[in-house]
Amino acid sequence: MKLKRFLAVFKARNIEFFRDKSSLSWNLVFPILLLVGFSFIFSGDGRSAYKVGLVVKAPLTAAEVYNNNFTDTRFITFIDYEHVVVAKERLSRHTIDLVIDSQQQQYWVNEQSAKSYLVERIFSEQLNGYSRLETSGKKIRYIDWVLPGILGMNMMFSCLFGVGYVIVRYRKNAVLKRLKATPLSAFEFVSAQLLSRLFIVMSMSIVVYSGCNLLFDFFMLGRYINLFILGMLGAFCLISLGLLVASRSKSEELIGGLLNLSSWPMMMLSGVWFSLEGAPPALKIFADFLPLTHLVAGARKIIIEGASLGDISYHVNILLIMSMVFLSLGAYFFSWNTER
Amino acid sequence: MSIAICVENLVKQYKDVTAVDNISFTVNKGHCFGLLGPNGAGKTTTIEIMEGIIAPSSGQVLYQGREVDASISQQIGIQFQHTALQDFLTVKETLNLFSSFYQHTLEQESLIELCDLGDFLNRDNRLLSGGQRQRLLLALALINDPEIIFLDEPTTGLDPHARRNFWQLIKNIKARNKTIILTTHYMDEAEQLCDDIVIMDQGKIIESGTPTQLLSKHFNEVFIYLPKEQVPAELSAEHSWQKHGERIEITTANVEQTLALLMKKNVSLDGLHVKSANLDDLFLHLTGHALRGEA
Repeated sequence: MKLKRFLAVFKARNIEFFRDKSSLSWNLVFPILLLVGFSFIFSGDGRSAYKVGLVVKAPLTAAEVYNNNFTDTRFITFIDYEHVVVAKERLSRHTIDLVIDSQQQQYWVNEQSAKSYLVERIFSEQLNGYSRLETSGKKIRYIDWVLPGILGMNMMFSCLFGVGYVIVRYRKNAVLKRLKATPLSAFEFVSAQLLSRLFIVMSMSIVVYSGCNLLFDFFMLGRYINLFILGMLGAFCLISLGLLVASRSKSEELIGGLLNLSSWPMMMLSGVWFSLEGAPPALKIFADFLPLTHLVAGARKIIIEGASLGDISYHVNILLIMSMVFLSLGAYFFSWNTER
Repeated sequence: MSIAICVENLVKQYKDVTAVDNISFTVNKGHCFGLLGPNGAGKTTTIEIMEGIIAPSSGQVLYQGREVDASISQQIGIQFQHTALQDFLTVKETLNLFSSFYQHTLEQESLIELCDLGDFLNRDNRLLSGGQRQRLLLALALINDPEIIFLDEPTTGLDPHARRNFWQLIKNIKARNKTIILTTHYMDEAEQLCDDIVIMDQGKIIESGTPTQLLSKHFNEVFIYLPKEQVPAELSAEHSWQKHGERIEITTANVEQTLALLMKKNVSLDGLHVKSANLDDLFLHLTGHALRGEA
C-alpha cells in the first residue's frame, strides 16, 4: 500500500464530509436533540415499570424458588440474578427497585429510591419473615443509561449510511470507475474510506459527548480511555458492515433498503432504548448477533459499572470477530463498477 | 510509423447482446485515432476494454506488443464519458488528489496552463460549467504525462464555443506527439482532429482509414441544394433528384455542367447551397441510417 495515495484519499473524504454543512450539522444536532428530548421526557423519577431482582442459584429456576405470590404481581418485571452481588449493584444504581433472595430469606431495598420504597410496600405481605437489608448509591438517571445507546445509534447511522451511501453514490456516478483507472488499489481506497469515517465518527461522538456532558453532567464510573477504545472498535465493526452492504450495489434504492434492514433491528433490539434484561431468550440470542448490542452493552458496563476492557472482553472479542468477518467478506465482494 | 496499440479479434458479450463483435485495428504512435459510430455502436465498450477497465469476452489488446496489465494505469490517461467528481473539493484539491496516485506527474503549473484551468482553480467542483468540467477531466487524464490518452465523447453536451476551445486543447496535446484515442459521434470533430478513423455500427467495424481516404473512396460527387419550389417537379423526376425537407438535393460529379443545366431551364439559383460529402454522408451511405440518430 502506498501511504501517499491512502493519505490523499483519506484527506479528500474528510474535506468532503466537513464541507458538507448540512450533513455535518445533522450528525451533531441529531444526538443532542434526542438527548435533550429524553432528559425532558424522563425528567421525573424514571421509567414507570418496577423491576425486581430475584436471586436464583443454579440449577434451580425462579419458578421453583419463588411462589406465584411474587411472580404473579402485574406491572412488575422480575429479573433473575445468579449472583446477589450483581443484583445489589443494579439496585444501588437504581436500575432495579428491589432484590429478593428467597433461599437466604433476605431482601434489599435502596434507601435513596422512592420506587424501591413503593415496591417494598407492595410486597410487604409476601416478605414477612425475610431479613430487610439496605443498600444505597448514586442514582443512574435514565439519561445516563440511555446515553451509550443514543451515541451508539448515532455512530451506527453515521457508519452504515456514511460509508454505504457514499460508496454506492461513487459507484453509480462513476467516481469509482475513474479511480479504478488510476494506480489506486481497492485496498488503499477502502481502507482510506474506513479510517476517514472512523476519524469522523469518533470526532463527532467526542464533540457530542463533551458538549452534552457540560449540560447533563453524565454519570461515569469507568475510564474514558476504555470507552474510547470500545467506541473505536464498535465504529470499526459498523463501518465494516457498511462496506459489506455497499460492496457491489449500484442502486441507491437497494442500498437504502439494505441499510435500513441492517440498522432497524439494531435500533430496536440492541438495547438502545430499553434494557434487554428480562427479554425472551430468543430475542437475546438474536440481539447477540448485532454489533450495536455489544457496543452499547460494553459502553454501559464501563459507564455504569466502571468495567475495564478485561471485564467486557466478551463484547470486545465479538466486535473484533464481527469486524474481521464483515471486512473479509466486504473485500472479497467489493467491485469498483458492476458491469452491465 | 510505429504501432502504439494493436487490437486483435476483440469480442464483448453481455448476455444476449454482442456489444463488440470480433473487431481488429491498430493505432499508430503520435496519431489521433477516432472511433466513430452512433450511440450503442460499441465505441465505449471497445475503449474501456482498451483501457483495462472491463475484460473482453475474447481477443486481446497489445500495448507495444505487451498485453494489458495493472502497470498500464501509470502509462495511460483516461477521460470517461460520464464521470462525476468528488463534491466539495476544489479544482486544485482534485488535481492534488489525482497527482498523489502516480509516480511521475506533469508539473501542476504547466498542466493548469495547458488545460486553461487558471480562472477557476479554487472553485468547488459542483460549481463548474460544462466546459470547465471537461477541461478539468482532461487535466486529470493528462496528470501523469501519459503517452496514450483516451477521450470518450469529450465534447458531448458542450456549446459550440466550448467545443471549439476543447478541440484546440486536443490539438495542443497532439502537437506534443501524444497518441490520442477519441470516440465521438460528432463528425466535424473527427474531421478536425483525427488522423485515422474506424466507423463502428452494431459492434462491428464497417469502415476504416483516414477521413480523406474514406471520402474519396466512397464519393466523387458533391451535393447541390435548392429550395424545392424553384425546381420544376418534372425536372426533378427526369433526373431522379431527391426531395430533402424543403429542399431538392442534386448529387453531381460535375458542378459546372449541372449549374449550366439549371440556368438553361430558367431555374432560379437563389438559396443555392453546394457541399462536399462529409463523414455524416459516408455513414449514411454505409449503413443506410444517419450517424447522429439512434442506432
